[in-house]
Amino acid sequence: MDWTILIYKTIFLFIILFVTLLVAMYSTYGERKVAAFMQDRRGPNRAGPFGLFQPLADGVKMFMKEEIIPLTANKKLFILGPSIAMTTALLTGVVIPWGATLKIGGREFSMQIADLNIGILYVFAMVSIGVYGIMIGGWASNNKYALYGAIRAASQMISYELAMGMSIVALILTTGSLSLHEIVEQQQGMHWNIFYQPLGFLIFLTCAFAETNRAPFDLPECETELIGGYHTEYSSMKLGFYLFAEYINMFVSSAVIATLYFGGYNMPFIDQLGLSPNTVTLLGTAFFFLKIFGMIFLFMWIRWTLPRFRYDQLMNLGWKGLIPLAIFNIFVTGVYYFFTELT
Amino acid sequence: MKLLTTRSKVVSDKKMTFLERIYIPAILKGMYITIRHFFGKKATISYPEQKREFSQVYRGQHVLKRDDQGRERCTACGLCAVACPAEAITMIAAERKPGEEHLYREEKYAAVYEINMLRCIFCGDCEEACPKDAIFLTDRIVASDYKRKPFIYGKDILVEPVDPDKRIDISARQTESVLKFKQDKRFAHNK
Repeated sequence: MDWTILIYKTIFLFIILFVTLLVAMYSTYGERKVAAFMQDRRGPNRAGPFGLFQPLADGVKMFMKEEIIPLTANKKLFILGPSIAMTTALLTGVVIPWGATLKIGGREFSMQIADLNIGILYVFAMVSIGVYGIMIGGWASNNKYALYGAIRAASQMISYELAMGMSIVALILTTGSLSLHEIVEQQQGMHWNIFYQPLGFLIFLTCAFAETNRAPFDLPECETELIGGYHTEYSSMKLGFYLFAEYINMFVSSAVIATLYFGGYNMPFIDQLGLSPNTVTLLGTAFFFLKIFGMIFLFMWIRWTLPRFRYDQLMNLGWKGLIPLAIFNIFVTGVYYFFTELT
Repeated sequence: MKLLTTRSKVVSDKKMTFLERIYIPAILKGMYITIRHFFGKKATISYPEQKREFSQVYRGQHVLKRDDQGRERCTACGLCAVACPAEAITMIAAERKPGEEHLYREEKYAAVYEINMLRCIFCGDCEEACPKDAIFLTDRIVASDYKRKPFIYGKDILVEPVDPDKRIDISARQTESVLKFKQDKRFAHNK
């Protein structure tokens, strides 16, 4: 057993956990600011400079609220729901390559917690389990609105996972690997996958919106129709967990999109600058986070632009629009590689 | 057909073209609109630091004036209470004792004078009804509170201080046109 690696991985794991939570926390602030700016308002600006302590205040508020478990609710499942949602949301970050390798004292340390050779499949598995958090929460609440939200969440996630998976199949045809690390390494310079898979990217992006339950696909929790959907009965920090899990999911899916389609931590023209390898790595990580924040902003931008889908429109788009399109994308990619490899 | 506004659009149920059906141009158009607002000017006024300019005839918190010698002008005639459409004003009259001439201008004065600020609709009828020029509405804002009790303003809040430097300025809304309007008895609400 190599102790240095073990200690390094543990420390790195906690850093990633901390960063994920921090980004998710400030996403709530960012969301409110973006929403306000797009509606010609100023947003939170009272707690601290520019309202920067607002997430802390919100967190304290969430902890101080009375915790209510309805009498008719199934207590164990009621507690299990938000726990699953939070856990799976946090677990996804493990396989994402946050940077290249750091050289400290002649040893190489990878800026990735686990380089699974089936990285993408792992992400999908975690996202699929995530739906249980919502379903169990909605079911255990014993409330018709919560149940509606849960049913909607389940059917929506299953429907859009298909198209998402298929858009990934086309991507894997071009990369030839399921490992996220290798996919990033292949995209060095400006060989970003978005230029090779523009249609696949659009499908993946749409499905990512649906998977994270964000507008225009926020049917499971639409305030207007379902008064909160699956978290109608939740209060205090359990509600906080659900809301927080959503923001973590948004962060992680932004990271996955940046990894798969925008070259991850690769920075164009960085090799020409002649910097030391460690600087390049750290700059790459910074650039990766820049891409992630850009994606998060896109998520918010879309949310405050588009109205919510109607339920039949959602299903129409998923089954009749995106899935045939994804199959067509696989077909075109397959034919292209078939003929280029023949010659 | 005559259009009611200049911004109305004629709608139709024609079949959507391919570009319209994939929604992407429409989505981009919407995103362009929102991002323009993102960088646009904000409509908010950050209240305590930045105050909005009131209209010249803004009617806010009342004041009970004193005369030039610091005596209360109010004689508790009750006309304001009668004029008040919201029945927000109550008062108890009292007789001036010898030796109190420096406090009250006439023989009768209001021992208790209360305005319920939750009932008041700030119409200004009390000001118009007052024969002694004692009550005026000013451009001050009635402060918010957590309970109902503090909204019943007594004489401690309503009567202006004796100190000539701390008198409440009521000239803001007593513009020429307002004064002229008040002199015209045809427009008086209380006959």
